[in-house]
Amino acid sequence: MALEETLAAAMRAAQGGDAAAYRALLRDCLPVIAARVRAQGLTGAAAEDAVQDTLVTLHRARASYDPARPFLPWLRAIAQRRAIDAQRRAGRRPREVHDPVAYEGEADDRPAPEAGLEAGERAAALARAVAALPAGQRQAVEELALRERSLDEVSAATGRSKVALKVNLHRAIKALRASLGGERDGERNGRG
Amino acid sequence: MSDSASRPGMPTETLIGALAEDLAPVRPLPPAGLRALAWIGAVLILGLGLAAGTAEPSLHLAGHLGVPDRAVALAGAALTALTAAYAAFATSVPGRAAAWALLPLPPALLWIGASGLGCLRAYLAPAAGVAEGPGSGCFTFIVAVSLPLSLLLVLMLRRACPLRPNLTAALGGLAVAAAAATLLVPFHPHEATATDLVIHAVAVAGVIALNGLAGGRLLSAR
Repeated sequence: MALEETLAAAMRAAQGGDAAAYRALLRDCLPVIAARVRAQGLTGAAAEDAVQDTLVTLHRARASYDPARPFLPWLRAIAQRRAIDAQRRAGRRPREVHDPVAYEGEADDRPAPEAGLEAGERAAALARAVAALPAGQRQAVEELALRERSLDEVSAATGRSKVALKVNLHRAIKALRASLGGERDGERNGRG
Repeated sequence: MSDSASRPGMPTETLIGALAEDLAPVRPLPPAGLRALAWIGAVLILGLGLAAGTAEPSLHLAGHLGVPDRAVALAGAALTALTAAYAAFATSVPGRAAAWALLPLPPALLWIGASGLGCLRAYLAPAAGVAEGPGSGCFTFIVAVSLPLSLLLVLMLRRACPLRPNLTAALGGLAVAAAAATLLVPFHPHEATATDLVIHAVAVAGVIALNGLAGGRLLSAR
């Protein structure tokens, strides 16, 4: 029990006012406290908070350590208590899979099922609008926007100038905005 | 003792520095037994002070001690006060087992059992010539004695670090109630009737409950 003796001796010195021994004691206590805090299921910032709360409690309660008794049980009891407090604060009870209520009540952060249908409809509307464009504009959109190829690549592949491609893309986007926006307006008017 | 796996982050290191700077020498608290005896000493001083203001309490005491079950009840109450005070002080120190809370249970059972037996005997064979006094005096006595004793005990317990404040406060309440009941005996002029015992029990339960509620708050607010 080398650790126990080292810590107990440092704590006796700290009770006598030895700041250097106290600093060393607090540092040496960190692994012991962290182990207790982790055993309580805390991680990350909540664990850090619990460790620091334990240090503050240790500081305030240092007169309650009886030098005739072992130090580690005293320290571990404080760490355990502060870890439980931190856990309650965080509302972070361990989620048990075999607990049906907790299992059913667990929120699913993935998109709702109808989100996929809506996305599909939007993609189909966009594809119809692109297909309705004049050939030059459609080529510009497909190559530059959908396949994300560079102006240089598309210019070399199609033989059109970069300026012509840019103009076509610009006109295509304007036309798509008009047709898709118009559809949406039409929907809105239809509903209203 | 260096542990590379748990190198402290900056904020914790800063906290350690601040705590070390704030360090002032402290005197370790005396062991729980000594602290309990100090509180019992205050109870005795209060009892002597009350006796000095009352005429012939020793006559009542002698009368009570002459009856076996009343003597046993008195001893049970006194032992309950002693053991509950020790348990309260022990559980206020981190790392002491919560099982110390069981220590006052046997004397408490003795106290309650002997009181109940006395009640039964008084019902079967009522003592002649004993006037049935009003029980409200006992209630007032127990509550009035309990208040300063509770306050003193909570202040003493707060100097330690009660990690289970409600348990410690409830044990303190039991110690206070048992001490008040012990002090009541010499000042109780007549044989306890069933009504008296019910009033005693209500007062004792009230003192324990109040200590558990208010004391728990007071002890955890640190």
